[in-house]
Amino acid sequence: MSNPIETDVAVIGAGPIGLFAVFELGLLDLKCHLIDILDRPGGQCTELYPEKPIYDIPGLPIVTGQELTDRLLEQAKPFSPTFHLSQMASALTKLDDGRWKLTSDVGMEIIAPVVVIAAGGGSFVPKRPPIPGIESYEGKSVHYAVRKMDQFRGKNILIAGGGDSALDWTINLAPIAAKLTLVHHRDGFRAAQHSVNQMRELAAHGKINFEIASVKALHGEDGQLHAVTLANPEKKEWEHACDMLIPFFGLTIKLGPIADFGLNLTENLIAVDTAKFESTTPGIFAIGDINTYPGKLKLILSGFHEAALMAQSAFHIVKPNEKLRFQYTTSSSSLQKKLGVA
Amino acid sequence: MKIVATDRKGATRDVEGRDGWSVMEILRDAGFDIAAECGGACACATCHVYVTDGWYEKLSPPSDAEIDMLDMALAVEPNSRLSCQITCAPELDGIAITVAPE
Repeated sequence: MSNPIETDVAVIGAGPIGLFAVFELGLLDLKCHLIDILDRPGGQCTELYPEKPIYDIPGLPIVTGQELTDRLLEQAKPFSPTFHLSQMASALTKLDDGRWKLTSDVGMEIIAPVVVIAAGGGSFVPKRPPIPGIESYEGKSVHYAVRKMDQFRGKNILIAGGGDSALDWTINLAPIAAKLTLVHHRDGFRAAQHSVNQMRELAAHGKINFEIASVKALHGEDGQLHAVTLANPEKKEWEHACDMLIPFFGLTIKLGPIADFGLNLTENLIAVDTAKFESTTPGIFAIGDINTYPGKLKLILSGFHEAALMAQSAFHIVKPNEKLRFQYTTSSSSLQKKLGVA
Repeated sequence: MKIVATDRKGATRDVEGRDGWSVMEILRDAGFDIAAECGGACACATCHVYVTDGWYEKLSPPSDAEIDMLDMALAVEPNSRLSCQITCAPELDGIAITVAPE
């Protein structure tokens, strides 16, 4: 794909509201590129509660987060949105021709006259354990993900956590580590049973160590870890030598670089008007949980409404010389053609 | 009922609870810094609190779902709970909790 990409609308966030925005914009012939830090569309719906039922989506008396996402993807499909996943929108700049350039943390650039921020609470980022000074080790000897396994070859590794990521990486890194210890606060796991069995097997054969404890302090210098202090539930503390720590406590939501886009923020939310859902910066719209206005309700259905109104205004920015014809999908053959049903 | 709540900086104040509401909702509405990202669905562990000894034992025990979800909380202690899973009730009048670090 060429870089930069030129399109009609850049959408930040591929959650339910970003997906429905693709549909509403698509009906008006506006093409979208979406960017999301997660590795799949759906946002909180698929990351936090894929299996939990939602009961307040109009017309769907009961639907899970995953099902709702699947349906929105199907609904947006006729408009062939392009997804740029596993990357974070990191900078927004205005170009001389009036359009916007959105840059991601891996250098992808989208140029568009309209940017729609549908980022929910912001970016999902790994939870950082509250261990004093942990920041100074990050990137060198504390990692929140395993991107290149070779980086861990021959190391004395400590993995902290009790979910699927902690178990999976314990199993995968054990053969290449000099020594590997899994530390978790209890002798129980929020992970697939077969992974737990495999880990226990490795421990029984002395291939890994499993400690019921928590990491309390880090010891090292210049970003290089030498040891950690572990404490068990009975408050007994001891030092454990290691040169790599990989904490796996899932993800949390931080506003992230959107805070530095120069937008008008109120308590980490983007203030918008309720006719266009545009921020005070022309051409930058905000819909869904990330926006605020008098009477705002953080419901998925509110975001759908906001997406529809946003699209009407976005049209006039992208196609300033065209007249917008308001049509219904039930009766308009041109809309039905776009949807591939006519 | 009253909740004696301590924030991450160590400041303690009394907050008026409402029967049937979750402690998470009460704390969030009272301005405590609780993310509660999933909105009370026991799906994110960002409403983690420590329940002061003596009160911890008075609570109905955590469900399997809550115990599992606490694996995603940081700095878990034996008295850790998710505040979205504690329901205000008259017998909990005076319950003392501390918001866990994030």
